[in-house]
Amino acid sequence: MLELESVAKTYAGLQALRPTDLAVPTGRTTVLIGPSGCGKSTLLRLMIGLIRADTGRVVFDGRELGPENLRQARLRMGYVIQDGGLFPHLTARGNVELMARHLGWNKARRARRLEEMVELTQLWPEVLDRYPAQLSGGQQQRVSLMRALMLDPAILLLDEPLGALDPVIRYEMQEELREIFRRLDKTVIMVTHDMGEAGFFGDVIVIMKDGAILQKGSLQELVDRPADPFIGTFIQAQRHPFDTLSERSRP
Amino acid sequence: MKFLRLAALVLAFGGLALPAFAQAPVKVGSKKFTEGVITGELATQLIRAAGVPAVHKREMGGTRVLWSALVRGDIDVYPEYTGTISQEILAGRDLPDAAAMRAALAESGIRMSAPLGFNNTYALGMKETRAQQVGVRTISDLAGHPRLSFGFSNEFLDREDGWPGLRAHYGLPQTRVRGLDHDLAYRGLESGTIDVTDLYSTDAEIAYYDLRVLADDRHYFPDYQAVWLYREDLEEDRPEAVVALKRLEGRVDESAMVRMNARAKLERVPEAKVAADFLQRQLDQASTAEHIGPWRRFWRHTREHLVLVAISLGAAILAGIPLGILASRRPRLGQFILAGAGIIQTIPSLALLVFMIPLLGIGGPPAIVALFLYSLLPIIRNTYTGLHDIPRPTLESAEALGLEPGSRMRLVELPLAASTILAGIKISAVINVGTATLGALIGAGGYGQPILTGIRLDDLGLILQGAVPAALLALLVQGGFELLELAVVPRGLRLKGEK
Repeated sequence: MLELESVAKTYAGLQALRPTDLAVPTGRTTVLIGPSGCGKSTLLRLMIGLIRADTGRVVFDGRELGPENLRQARLRMGYVIQDGGLFPHLTARGNVELMARHLGWNKARRARRLEEMVELTQLWPEVLDRYPAQLSGGQQQRVSLMRALMLDPAILLLDEPLGALDPVIRYEMQEELREIFRRLDKTVIMVTHDMGEAGFFGDVIVIMKDGAILQKGSLQELVDRPADPFIGTFIQAQRHPFDTLSERSRP
Repeated sequence: MKFLRLAALVLAFGGLALPAFAQAPVKVGSKKFTEGVITGELATQLIRAAGVPAVHKREMGGTRVLWSALVRGDIDVYPEYTGTISQEILAGRDLPDAAAMRAALAESGIRMSAPLGFNNTYALGMKETRAQQVGVRTISDLAGHPRLSFGFSNEFLDREDGWPGLRAHYGLPQTRVRGLDHDLAYRGLESGTIDVTDLYSTDAEIAYYDLRVLADDRHYFPDYQAVWLYREDLEEDRPEAVVALKRLEGRVDESAMVRMNARAKLERVPEAKVAADFLQRQLDQASTAEHIGPWRRFWRHTREHLVLVAISLGAAILAGIPLGILASRRPRLGQFILAGAGIIQTIPSLALLVFMIPLLGIGGPPAIVALFLYSLLPIIRNTYTGLHDIPRPTLESAEALGLEPGSRMRLVELPLAASTILAGIKISAVINVGTATLGALIGAGGYGQPILTGIRLDDLGLILQGAVPAALLALLVQGGFELLELAVVPRGLRLKGEK
């Protein structure tokens, strides 16, 4: 459904993305992961056309993305960013319904869809009438997800969606979000820098470094057959508190 | 004089296009000093007494303003002085006699009456005590006192037949010379900050302030006989008005004029009443003075002021917001737009008003255009800043949703910038209300009118009648915009920090 063919991007002389090929598997969750500046966000932003590739092409639904079909394509993509990117002048409901209203959905249709969204994300309905400034971080991300899903897109793109949340809330939201993805059965692409999160969500994990893809595969494949010594290092670079405790308790 | 030709052209077409205005009232103009206003009032009442409707556009400005207004047809008649005509209006022309002057005026379609009787020539004056102290009787005597400080009206200081010519003629050495409003000069004499000022020989203040008029012993100042200047077409369309004006020829002598000036200026009798009393005594004419009560006058000034502010501010909003949007969309063009609006803002407001006269004449329209230009920058700049400061993720979210650029602007960007844009409009509005008081200087009326008259008559009460409502209006406008902010700025943006 979504394919990148030797796309590359340079910012002010700095190569953010080397020529890269990637076929995103349909109906599954793909996680882009790597250290800061590895090009994972650039790759995601190229997919939804927020930036244009210098070379190569992005193919969505069999058609190359270009200025003429970008808008139509975006209506079939949902996009969620770290801080939610909610419009502060609109209520949660206003944010979620913005596009549907703009496209002329009638009230009944909007209400029906909104109800499905509320059920899916388990947002308290009364929260819908609050403004973003009155919402908690977790609520903001739920509303942002509802907004992204309102038009029932074919594909969902998330850029560090849980990155700004407290650890406990983040832990809970990871559970909920995976359940939502499972129920939706959509193509999902998620960017994260957290290996634990990548393993938790990703049917396919794409590890990137210095603007290039190092390896693509399941968590098991990456652990068993790392294509590059960096991959082993990266997977193990997550510090677990219990490791520290056991280290200290050693005589 | 390119613009005179242009004005003549406009006039010619105007004349063709507007025959329907034949029944419009005769418009009498007057300069911005008491005698000008009184003589303007005399003209107005004479014409009305002949059964022709007439309006008096008071205190329009100086010679240039009145003359170009007359040539353009903004006014039909105004009182002028022969010395000003020869030295200023027709400067550089050889005019041996009145006939030559008439012929030269006719080239602009203007006619001149016979003298009304008084000669209001320039003169120099000092406090009697100060003059005795330094022993000055004539202008020639001033050459021996280079340390004396001179304070002249700006017009006298600049015009050829004023200070520059006088200094050359008498070889005067003084360097401490400054320009100030004629009416303020008397107070300067009184307090001793200046020693010598220019006067008119019919000034009411000569006696009041106990001034010595220095003799023009080497005959520098020309005759300043008061005459009517009127448009040829006035004589053609409304001959009875011209006949009425001519009833005053030779009927007003200097002492009569000094008395009228004194009544108006020192006794605070309204000019219309002064003129009416004179006409009754001199020509046995029943009063046709238009009596306007203080409240009606206040409402008129309020209406005029509000019209100036509303139209100019409205236009500035309609133009400024799109320009601000354009500036935020096209950064390079934006720099030009912001710099251009910035340059306009650096022009002193008074100068901007005066620049408008050759283009648009006098009255409301040029003042509105000047105020419009003056109101642009805060609106453009705040629109630009408001849009520019929207966080990038918010903009990208709107783009990623699939909103087209126009809808993004309407649904997301403008609402988010609303409070900044509104703040810009509020600044513009408050500046506009204050600057609009200067509109009175070019005949646009408003609260500036009583301020101007108050300065002329040295009447603090009158100044306050303009200044206080102008200040209150500025506060009212500010409060109004704060209420508007509650309505326009989305509630979500006023919740910052609340959870």
